[in-house]
Amino acid sequence: MEVFIAVMVGCLAACGTRMLLQRSLFRVLIGLALLAQAANVLVFTAAGLGRGDAAIIGPRAEMLPEGHPDPLAQALVLTAIVISFGVLAFCLVLLKRTHRRTGDEDVDALAHTES
Amino acid sequence: MEPVAITLPILIPMLLSLAAWLSRGSAVTSRWLLPAGMATLLGASVWLFLIINVAPGPIRVDFGGWEKPLGISFKADLFAAIMVVVAAVIGFAGSLFAVSEIGRTIWRKGYGTFYFLLLAGINGAFLTNDLFNLFVWFEVMLMASFAMLVLGRRKYVFEGATKYVVINMVSSFFFLSALGLLYGKTGQLNLDEVALRLANSGTDPVILSTAALFLMAFGIKAGVFPLYFWLPPAYPNTGFATAAVFGGLLTKVGVYALFRVFGGAFGFLSDVTGPLFLVVGALTMIAGVLGAASQFHIRRILSFHIVSQIGYIVLGLGLFTQGAFAAAIFYIVHHILVKTNLFLAAGAIAATGRSERLEKLGGLLKSAPLLAFLFLIPALSLGGIPPLSGFFAKFLLLREAFREDAYLYVAIALLVGVVTLFSMIKIWGEAFWKDSPRPGGTEPYRLMQVIPIAMLGAMTITIGFMVEPLFELSERAAAQLIQSNPMYVESTEE
Repeated sequence: MEVFIAVMVGCLAACGTRMLLQRSLFRVLIGLALLAQAANVLVFTAAGLGRGDAAIIGPRAEMLPEGHPDPLAQALVLTAIVISFGVLAFCLVLLKRTHRRTGDEDVDALAHTES
Repeated sequence: MEPVAITLPILIPMLLSLAAWLSRGSAVTSRWLLPAGMATLLGASVWLFLIINVAPGPIRVDFGGWEKPLGISFKADLFAAIMVVVAAVIGFAGSLFAVSEIGRTIWRKGYGTFYFLLLAGINGAFLTNDLFNLFVWFEVMLMASFAMLVLGRRKYVFEGATKYVVINMVSSFFFLSALGLLYGKTGQLNLDEVALRLANSGTDPVILSTAALFLMAFGIKAGVFPLYFWLPPAYPNTGFATAAVFGGLLTKVGVYALFRVFGGAFGFLSDVTGPLFLVVGALTMIAGVLGAASQFHIRRILSFHIVSQIGYIVLGLGLFTQGAFAAAIFYIVHHILVKTNLFLAAGAIAATGRSERLEKLGGLLKSAPLLAFLFLIPALSLGGIPPLSGFFAKFLLLREAFREDAYLYVAIALLVGVVTLFSMIKIWGEAFWKDSPRPGGTEPYRLMQVIPIAMLGAMTITIGFMVEPLFELSERAAAQLIQSNPMYVESTEE
């Protein structure tokens, strides 16, 4: 299972990097979204995937069930998802404003700032 | 008392950002809340510093009573306390400038809110002892800075901001991936605990790739070679107060994280990272200073000089001795004050001469002699002229490089210093010395803009006359920083 998800993280990161290197700003945004997902799944997986049990203490139990996944990693991922969602939303608005300003979606439209 | 003192530098700006949002409709309150709040923050920061200064070691706070491996903990050592005080000074100076610069509509959109949030994020990043928490503070800081950047409303602000936002999201990706790998390997994110576990794990491939990811993440934020290209487009295209605060503080938070992680927990890699940081530092200095030499727009010149000065600080990290760390801390403090001051002076020059392009400026020595004098202080300090702070910062750093026989880097640093001085003289000659190309093209400067410039200039001069106590302070801060690395403690005890 871990190996499968590790390969998936690799694919996500590779696709994200490819999109990031495109000329269209919209594709750059999609690339960022994919990279953010890759990082989230990586954090989730790196702490180890438990199987069958949720990381919740049952109604009459004192401790977490045996073989449970690490709840801290899941909490971290939740935080990271919220943050990446917020930043992506900001980024989308920013790209829309940039597009309206330059009238062009190509990254060359950003060259004004270079001199 | 101590937990309160450590929390206040974060709590004050966070609460005030709410207050600023609620009062943004009022013209007077929204404007003056900012400097008043920054003065309060400065007081709280100095209080924290005074406590840490007499404390025997770093002071830790575990939030919610959860102890070290589980809860989020904050740690205030001398390095962090110094940085918090300097950040508050910069925040105060920038807020005074903002009061006169920023227009009514931008205050109404919540400029003060984001300014306070930015300071909360910066102080959080300085004080936290938990790597994931550091990630969160970085994001708080970035979101606030994104908003402040586009509120600047200059011609190319969206273009510059796009580059800034995209590259910082990539940096967040590297940071988060590093956190995932590190947590998977060590089961810890608390910096002290991570340091303990790493000391036993040696050079495991996962640890090495984690270190590489951290290097990329913080390297982008610090703006080191070859990851600095986002900086010169972003800073010159926003408001002056915004650019001054960013130029002084944001990249230095990245540098601070580099010192915390590679000077502390990952210090056992210093055989690999030390030479790497030396080379990167040298290339950063050269690339930055050459970039600046080819520019004729004041803030673009200054932005490239941020990059080149970061190179000096990274050089201190690369030497990896206690003395070099002390010199680097001294250098960071000097650099933050001087760089913010130069950006503010650029704002005053642009307001007086009505342009930022050197070819359109001129004659300011006659029309604004006070401004000319106040610009010279940080400009000469940046170039390293005694008895200003820059001379001693460079001297202390290069003395340490001599001790480590890094003569090549001494030569590069001295050469870069000369070119830096050339850049400053270029601005001086074009903006102040030559005759104005447009007769009658100047306006009187505003007092509120000159006050923060004079304040920071006075601090630069004061540092020049108080080198010994300040360097002694930096040495104690460096000792605390290097002792957070358990390998170092073990090797000295043997």
